[in-house]
Amino acid sequence: MSLSVLRGPARGYLIQAALLVALVATGMWLWSNAEANMAARGLRFGFGFLDRSAGIPIGESLIPYTPADTYRQALTVGLLNTLRVAIIGCILATVLGVVLGLARLSTNPMLRSLTGGYIEVIRNTPLVLQLVFWHAVMLQMPSVRQALNPLPGVFLSQRGLKIPALMADPALYAFLAALAAGAIGWWVLLRRERARQVETGERRPTILPGLAMLLGFPALSIAAGFVPRVEWPEMAGFNFEGGLALSPEFFALLVGLVVYTAAFVAEIVRSGIQSVHRGQWEAARALGLPGGRIMRLVILPQALRVIIPPMTSQYLNLTKNSSLAVVIGYPDLVSVANTSINQTGQAIEVITIFMTIYLAMSLVTSALMNWYNARVALMER
Amino acid sequence: MAESTSAPGRDLPGRDAPALPTFAVRALAFARACFDGPVNGAITLGCLALLWWLVPPFWDWAVTRATWNGNANACREAGGACWAFIREKFWFSIFGLYPYEQRWRPATMMTILVIMVVASTQRRFWGRGLLVAWAVAAPAMLVLMGGGVFGLDPVQTRLWGGLTITGVIAVYGLALGYPLAILLALGRRSDLTLVRWFCTAVIECVRGVPLISLLFMAAIMLPLFLPEGVTLDRLARVLVAYTLFTAAYMAEVIRGGLQAMPRGQYEAADALGLSYWKKMRLVILPQALTITIPSQVNTFIGLFKDTTLVVVIGVFDFFTTLRAALGDPNWLGFATEAYVFAAGVYFLLCFAMSQYSQRLERSLRPGAR
Repeated sequence: MSLSVLRGPARGYLIQAALLVALVATGMWLWSNAEANMAARGLRFGFGFLDRSAGIPIGESLIPYTPADTYRQALTVGLLNTLRVAIIGCILATVLGVVLGLARLSTNPMLRSLTGGYIEVIRNTPLVLQLVFWHAVMLQMPSVRQALNPLPGVFLSQRGLKIPALMADPALYAFLAALAAGAIGWWVLLRRERARQVETGERRPTILPGLAMLLGFPALSIAAGFVPRVEWPEMAGFNFEGGLALSPEFFALLVGLVVYTAAFVAEIVRSGIQSVHRGQWEAARALGLPGGRIMRLVILPQALRVIIPPMTSQYLNLTKNSSLAVVIGYPDLVSVANTSINQTGQAIEVITIFMTIYLAMSLVTSALMNWYNARVALMER
Repeated sequence: MAESTSAPGRDLPGRDAPALPTFAVRALAFARACFDGPVNGAITLGCLALLWWLVPPFWDWAVTRATWNGNANACREAGGACWAFIREKFWFSIFGLYPYEQRWRPATMMTILVIMVVASTQRRFWGRGLLVAWAVAAPAMLVLMGGGVFGLDPVQTRLWGGLTITGVIAVYGLALGYPLAILLALGRRSDLTLVRWFCTAVIECVRGVPLISLLFMAAIMLPLFLPEGVTLDRLARVLVAYTLFTAAYMAEVIRGGLQAMPRGQYEAADALGLSYWKKMRLVILPQALTITIPSQVNTFIGLFKDTTLVVVIGVFDFFTTLRAALGDPNWLGFATEAYVFAAGVYFLLCFAMSQYSQRLERSLRPGAR
């Protein structure tokens, strides 16, 4: 064969054809190995086991679950547990991270260096170590009878965290609907006033009427007799009754993930704000804008463009890191899946299931953040 | 307060040089900035209160009441930190269960490793010679650890442990993953559709799932895909997963460097009539890899911390070995000491790397050379 075939456009097709053949051949080889191996262990490929009874005891669940339920149900419980810790974790990590990022930029050198120390220590130690540490802290909490009671209705003990809960009844739904109506009303008002300002140049205060709606509607709902009832945790015998319980594992995982991720978020926020040119601050001050409005109208819109893309990967990291739950025994998706594999031997199927779920979560998060990023990026000229 | 600054280029007669040494001037400036205005003052006091709440009890535990020598009972009597426990378990945390009389082998290996890593951080050694040195040292270190040839007793990998194995996983993962990362990054920017799709799929699939799931996959699923009778050592399986993980993350960093190259560089190489591989090897990659070195180091810090995840499939890395030491019935109840020590070691290593990356970033910036 002459070497001239290896030049020109034919070369590209040749390489791709070779890659395709190699991929297909490798795939078939691996598959035949897997079939032989599974046959040798008395297993058959298939998802039929999902309908079998799992017999996995799971400590905490958002949906009704007993060990007699199916593997499908058990994996769903694991997935919901992962989503719960990931969503709450992302929100709390953002809040803490922004606060720390701003503290890192404070004019007060004491606050600045303290925050810097926190960020360096947290970022330079492994998350597994931190999770084990927080779990150990939870286990060294006082017993239920001597539970710490930092705020009324909040109890911290070996059994985890107890907080007051809102009782899910029609009154609560009516109250929440009124609250949502108030928020939407404020948002509509803001949009109308902004359009009006663009048209006429006149600025009218929106805070008072907005607040009136946000607080007024719920007040009306209370006046109408729809009072949401709060359930307070109370000591009864050897444990608490009522209220919302967070298990020590969940609490340790949540605290660990939030504390860890917030350190990274803080650095992102800091560098995002620092990326805005000094001249922008000076120009805004020269226009006579007050400090809060400089931040909101001038600095943040520009900083967000820098902040959003790395934040996306932090949210993804937090979600993926939540799989470390297995180290401290919180029943998340990976943990339940691991038990399922040990019991059924259907490794390929179970691993395929949870990898697909994680990939889907990554793609959805990326898509959401890209959409938000596109909106923010529009502010660019 | 006397102003210690003066206008440049103007002599101010009759004014003495600042009487205070520089650090005192700095300390005064620090203090002034801390108490400038009521809000700042309140923040400072809050910070001081926090420090007062945290530092003295910790100092009391870690230093004042600590026990450095003796046994567990001495520790419990003193009531403070039991550093004697760490002293007792120190070498165990480095070598794990490696046979006692053979410990000189991991010790030699770690020495070579440290020398190689330190040499690699020095820019004057960057070049082909360093690559050759790694190519020689990497297999040599494995042979030294595993034995079975040259009259060395064979030592099974399940006996390897401690900081040694943390180093092995991190360094071999990087050494094996890096070439793969370059190929994946090039493939993702290739003109060939199928190659691009394949590389993108590999990178995104690996980055989209947690490392733990890759480790499970390598530990549980990989053996199913091998021909019957072929088994892969557990450490080797960990390395497969970790290498893939390293490759995917490094590939994205390197792709950033490839994209940051001005088009002119590509066009100039094409105009010279260089083939694709020559263009990449001689023109694009040397620049793209160099400008991304700081990000590569940062990615490596993350990967290094992630070596602790091998705990989930029962490989005894540094942290897991220390936790195993907690089970010693003679030394029960010193978990905090072990965690503080492990955190300190990881912190020192990672902090050193991040400082190094920041220094490199400054020295590699265009115009800084």
